Amino acid sequence: MNGTGKLIKLLVRQNALKITIWIISIVATTVSVAFAYGDVYKTKEELYGFALTMDNPAMKAMLGPGYDVEKYNLGAALATEMLLFTAIAIIIMNILFVSSSTRKDEEEGRLEMIRALPTGRLSYLMASGIKILMLNLLLSILTGIGLGLVGLEGVTWESSFLYGAILGATGLCFAGLTSFFAQLSDTSRGTSSLSFGALIVFYIFRAIGDVSLEGLALISPLGWTVRTGVFVDNEWWPVLALIVTGVIFAGLALYLNIKRDINVGILPTRSGRERALWYLKTSLGLTWKLERNSIIVWTLGIFLMSAAFGAILGDLETYFSDMEYLQAFLPQGDETDMTQRFITMLIQIMSIFTAIPAVLTILRLKKDEKLGLMENFYSRALSRNKVMSSHTIIAFLSTIIMQGSIGLGLYLTSIGVMEQNLVLGNTMVEVFIYLPAIWVIIGLSLLFVGTWSKGSSLVWLYIVFTFIVLYLGNLLDFPQWLNDLSTFNHIPEISQDLINWTPVYALSALALFLGFVGFTGYNKRDIQ
Amino acid sequence: MNFVEIKGLTKKFGKFTALNNIDLSMNPGEIYGFIGPNGAGKSTTIRVLLGMLKPTSGQVTIMNKDAWKDAVEIHKRVSYVPGEANLWPNLTGGEVIDLFLSIRGNSSQKKRDELIELFDLDPSKKCRAYSKGNRQKIALISAFASESDLYILDEPTSGLDPLMERIFQECVLNVKKQGKSVLLSSHILSEVEKLCDRVAIIREGQIIEKGTLDEMRHLTRTKVTVSTRKTLDGIENIKGIHNIAQSSNHLEFQADTEEIGKIISYLSTFEILKLECSPPTLEDLFMRHYEGNHSSKGDK
Repeated sequence: MNGTGKLIKLLVRQNALKITIWIISIVATTVSVAFAYGDVYKTKEELYGFALTMDNPAMKAMLGPGYDVEKYNLGAALATEMLLFTAIAIIIMNILFVSSSTRKDEEEGRLEMIRALPTGRLSYLMASGIKILMLNLLLSILTGIGLGLVGLEGVTWESSFLYGAILGATGLCFAGLTSFFAQLSDTSRGTSSLSFGALIVFYIFRAIGDVSLEGLALISPLGWTVRTGVFVDNEWWPVLALIVTGVIFAGLALYLNIKRDINVGILPTRSGRERALWYLKTSLGLTWKLERNSIIVWTLGIFLMSAAFGAILGDLETYFSDMEYLQAFLPQGDETDMTQRFITMLIQIMSIFTAIPAVLTILRLKKDEKLGLMENFYSRALSRNKVMSSHTIIAFLSTIIMQGSIGLGLYLTSIGVMEQNLVLGNTMVEVFIYLPAIWVIIGLSLLFVGTWSKGSSLVWLYIVFTFIVLYLGNLLDFPQWLNDLSTFNHIPEISQDLINWTPVYALSALALFLGFVGFTGYNKRDIQ
Repeated sequence: MNFVEIKGLTKKFGKFTALNNIDLSMNPGEIYGFIGPNGAGKSTTIRVLLGMLKPTSGQVTIMNKDAWKDAVEIHKRVSYVPGEANLWPNLTGGEVIDLFLSIRGNSSQKKRDELIELFDLDPSKKCRAYSKGNRQKIALISAFASESDLYILDEPTSGLDPLMERIFQECVLNVKKQGKSVLLSSHILSEVEKLCDRVAIIREGQIIEKGTLDEMRHLTRTKVTVSTRKTLDGIENIKGIHNIAQSSNHLEFQADTEEIGKIISYLSTFEILKLECSPPTLEDLFMRHYEGNHSSKGDK
């Protein structure tokens, strides 16, 4: 354990900017949403109206079991809408930080240098563990203080800190899990894929569990996250359970880390082919081979999530038709409308997920350039247009495959459970109409890679922005121009009889234009 | 027009001038050595030649084609070996070689297999598992298995063991025999000395010396070791003699090459017992420029 203290300082200094951005954006979002709630629900009736719209299977599947309508307060509304998604954001942060400071540093040879110094065998892993512990602790405390200061009705200091603690504990649980996966896989990519896979599986377990089978939700850490009844019942056991699970996995990681050699994983690696298969001999084939696993995993994950939501559409329909008194609280509602509105929101959220592997594919151009891989192409008879097109084609195809799997997932599991079955054709149109919005994001990525590759991480910021606009835009009362900056905001709603196709064409044209500028810039600039 | 022609090449990165007005030309069929200390601009020059960096000013042509605009066309006849082969960690060596050969076109499977045998590479391993030397072999095999007119080699033997280095040298001499040209940037001066017809030395982004080894030697000093029957004296006063070192039974000094005749005739008056004249090695040349570099920095 020698030198752990110094290594912690090193790790913190290395990631200082990222840590600051993550913490500020998470705490600021939580606090500003809490602040907004005070204005939105001024009367008890309005609050109950919100509670009733949340108390249905679809919302339970998406956000957790929620609260009894009678016990509702503003804090409960906040937790229902924000807790799980914030926790997921924190989980993503933990997965990224842990896989980078464990397996990635090992893979890229930095750990070797550290180990050659007089440091203990476990020092680096311990240091990265302590760093992540401090990070989550800081996040918990700041969130707690922030919420306490906003002082919503029904929000005590204890419950504010509980809310922060759940977030931090969920983060720690997945940090432990990721450090465990870092011992199994021998690449950082493998580590984060396993971790994100676990996140998706746990989310689906919790979704099904919260709707119909509570036992299933209880074996998922995310199921614990949503079971504190924070702001109403204030149970602390889930926080404890999450931390204990995290510590157990971190312990396993330390144990496996001692047992294994440097640069190898516990999972076996197979010996490969001596010759390349036919398709691998082109830059398009290579891009496909490099992105294949990631696209398959994302497609499967998004398909399973859509299927899980498709399966509860029946419950949702029944629920809305049973609850006649609910209609009183809703502005313009008959029951198909409610179900339809839920489907639309679901597709919008999933479409943002679709953009992620596509952007990863485009940004590989930049990442591989930094790793010195691009000179393998450009010192041979390959043009920049060809290499960039390979990535663009794979990204483009992946958006179609993934949107298709959203539609298919929703449709297949909804057959039979709904009174008024979905029509496959309509569902597909409804899903594919979001493609141009995603293509603009691909275009934006190309623009960055071609003209300002240093700034290309800003694309991720944009994706987060579209999500915030979609999910919180109305609540936070953004001005119209800000909402309009999100491409998804321009896609027409298909439930109306007359679809206005103009924005769809306009977005496609914009995507083409951005892509064109990106290609032109890429041809003109130096390759590192 | 020469085979490779660099005229007045300047490359700036922001305010930093990496290459300053470089001129260099290569004839077909020659092996051209390119040497200089770390960070002098060797790799930058090569990256401009390969069309990866755009010249700030100046003209760079290979086979009468513009290195930037016609990069793809040129690269159909060029093979390149980088000093550090960066490869995709999850592809095998064999897969990478096949990918490279197929992008490159006109390369032979038979040659590929022979070279894999010759360099003793296991092509079934994933690239992340290869050592630096083995990754370098992959780059060399891909380069020499394809039919090219120009081979651009940027410190190609870094990480190779002496046995593999010899195989590499055979490969280079082999392509020379077929009339191909080679641009060899290297730190291993004995290798450059053994292989190259002409040499250019680059320092701080400027070419400070170029020509055949013989021409360059002419400008420098010869090391002389001598022992005589009679006691040698007065030698300090002879023109063109520097760095005299006396040991028990012989004398060592550096002599200006153009004065060597006069010096020898002076020495012969003392009845020479033994006389050794060794031409400066490339290392001496290089060190001289390198040290010059240090002192000029000290002056500033």
